[in-house]
Amino acid sequence: MAAPQESKFEDYVVRTRKLTKIYTMGGQALRALDDVDLDIKRGEYISIMGPSGSGKSTLFNMVGGLDKPSDGTVFINETDMAQLDAAELAWIRCRTVGYIFQTFNLIPVMTALENITLPMVFAGLSTDEQLQRGRALLERVGLGDRLHHRPSELSGGQQQRVAIARALANDPDIILADEPTANLDLRTGKEIIELLREMNRERGVTIISATHDLHMIDISDRVVWVRDGRIEKIEERAEVDVKLGHVDWEEQ
Amino acid sequence: MRVAFQISWKSIQVRFGRAMITAAGTCLGIAFLVTVWTSIAIQNGLETEPDEAVVMRQSWLIIMSLLVSAVGISNSMFMAVTERYKEIGTMKCLGAVDRFVVELFLIESGMLGGVGAAAGGVAGFLIVVLVSIARRQWSAVAGMDWAYMGSHFVLAVLIGIAISVAAALLPAVRAAKLPPAAALRSDI
Repeated sequence: MAAPQESKFEDYVVRTRKLTKIYTMGGQALRALDDVDLDIKRGEYISIMGPSGSGKSTLFNMVGGLDKPSDGTVFINETDMAQLDAAELAWIRCRTVGYIFQTFNLIPVMTALENITLPMVFAGLSTDEQLQRGRALLERVGLGDRLHHRPSELSGGQQQRVAIARALANDPDIILADEPTANLDLRTGKEIIELLREMNRERGVTIISATHDLHMIDISDRVVWVRDGRIEKIEERAEVDVKLGHVDWEEQ
Repeated sequence: MRVAFQISWKSIQVRFGRAMITAAGTCLGIAFLVTVWTSIAIQNGLETEPDEAVVMRQSWLIIMSLLVSAVGISNSMFMAVTERYKEIGTMKCLGAVDRFVVELFLIESGMLGGVGAAAGGVAGFLIVVLVSIARRQWSAVAGMDWAYMGSHFVLAVLIGIAISVAAALLPAVRAAKLPPAAALRSDI
């Protein structure tokens, strides 16, 4: 909504160039990300797959402006994230990117509705607008009757639905989901993935999901395989479908 | 600012038990300080001139009680902020600017400090008064230096709030300045 209009016509919503992140642990340098170039088109549904420690969470953090790269650049809507100060980064996190976490990360002292309106508060929306949009979003994710429940009174799947509604609060261009189904049972996880896909189709929001849930492959437009901080391969949906027969579903 | 106030207030209500433990730290320190000041107020009311050794001892007690308050309050405030790093990281992901996060914790610690210090002040005052009455020194209590007592009670509450806010400032600023990824990672 508040994103710069001209950016809507750009082809790529996220571009990374030579993105590198080095962590120093006990005097040893660990290259969590190594020269990663990745272009993501507007409206795509992307899964970032890879084993734990492959660097997919690091990539997620860099793209979301949650951490600073050691080298290289991330462009969101052609804006170089490295050039932004703390307040401008907060602006981007508020309006351009929505986040979904493995552990849901709802604010425990707030009700479902308050959790959803919080990003709208930060964006400076009026109280009426907040309530109206918050209600509509909660109804859309199927929790119209849980407006005033606290996170502790909701099931895991319901909490993740609230988190999805919260990520959509300011009509972002991108939703970043970090292993959104890792703490859910198989069926609830599938429902969450389907809900994300519906949002992607309905609203044209780009979804980038770090995961090792193989169900994600099923609905992704592209799958980015990450290993040892590098992109191993990028597969289009069609290629993935062919190979699905070989995937061991029980591994998850 | 109004939003920060509402969130802080709600946070105290919901985490009432935890908040009371934090406030209890302030309460104890300030109670100690006020007991010392109340006995001085009673002594001031007596006509006798206190000798130099007693004045020295009282100054030491005041310094000691201030130190105890500072350490106790800092410790509980520090814990209250560090256990909520993840929440801070989440808020930053949702678009909170650093200043908002700091405000949130300063308001919360200020309110907790105020409540704790006031409760501690009343408790400290009552303890000394009741002990004096039990010793049948009723006239000494009634004749205490009320002006001194009143001003030092207010001073004690202000000190309680000031130490609470100051103790929360350091961890709050540190948490607000962290990149959200680092704040989200920390599990305590």
